[in-house]
Amino acid sequence: MPEPFEPRTDPDVDLGVPADRSELTTRPATVLAAIAAGGVLGALARAGLQHAVPHPPTGFGWATFTINTSGCLLIGVLMAVLGHLDGGPPLARPFLGVGVLGGFTTFSTYAVDVQQAIVAGTPGTALAYLAATLLGALVAVALGDAVTAGLLRRAAR
Amino acid sequence: MTVLLIALGAAVGAPLRYLTDRAVQSRRGSAFPWGTLLVNVVGSLLLGVLVGWPAGPAVSALLGTGFCGALTTYSTFSYETLRLSTGGHRLLALANVLGSVAAGLAAATAGYAVARTLIG
Repeated sequence: MPEPFEPRTDPDVDLGVPADRSELTTRPATVLAAIAAGGVLGALARAGLQHAVPHPPTGFGWATFTINTSGCLLIGVLMAVLGHLDGGPPLARPFLGVGVLGGFTTFSTYAVDVQQAIVAGTPGTALAYLAATLLGALVAVALGDAVTAGLLRRAAR
Repeated sequence: MTVLLIALGAAVGAPLRYLTDRAVQSRRGSAFPWGTLLVNVVGSLLLGVLVGWPAGPAVSALLGTGFCGALTTYSTFSYETLRLSTGGHRLLALANVLGSVAAGLAAATAGYAVARTLIG
């Protein structure tokens, strides 16, 4: 069984993938609505976690750290599954990948949290948070992708 | 009310990330993920302004948590870095990591400083 993984770099939209190129002309409203709906769900889940586990500017942003690393693990899993399914259902990537996971994870809060920790006079916390999120996210996405792809290969045999 | 404002901001931010990414890719054919870098930097700049201002709870929910949060993304950034790295573009992957973090942090700092200076 050959691996039908797409040569995709960008999980949001990759104009190198024919289905991505055409999706906005064939049904723009449906695709954008799926992205918006997923984005709303992801953002509300993020806001709920951040509200439940608040942190002072001098502290480590555990909620956002957990959000970003888990979101990266899940995008690795999702893209491996969709790749295995030759892209999967047409709205799966826009809704789950672009919307839910894109809306769940955040780069702006990450950057501003680091900046705020520096302003608050705790550069050690800033650096630890900066590095831990970055390393955690990259390990998580690689793990999610590799483990899922491995399991799918084994299941296909 | 807060929930509604976050939802409204995210409903605009997430599709705008997608549309920006498309527009950037159609103009630049390079392997480097300029579109994701752009939304992440712009979102960090705007959130820096909102925090430095500082914006009230309603504006923070709508534009900060909702719009900036959904416009920017860590998942797309990390997946693109992984794909660049495994696809033989190790240097681009490294440039993406260093460039995104440096530019995002610089943007957040600039936004915060500008808001502080203007509103004082």
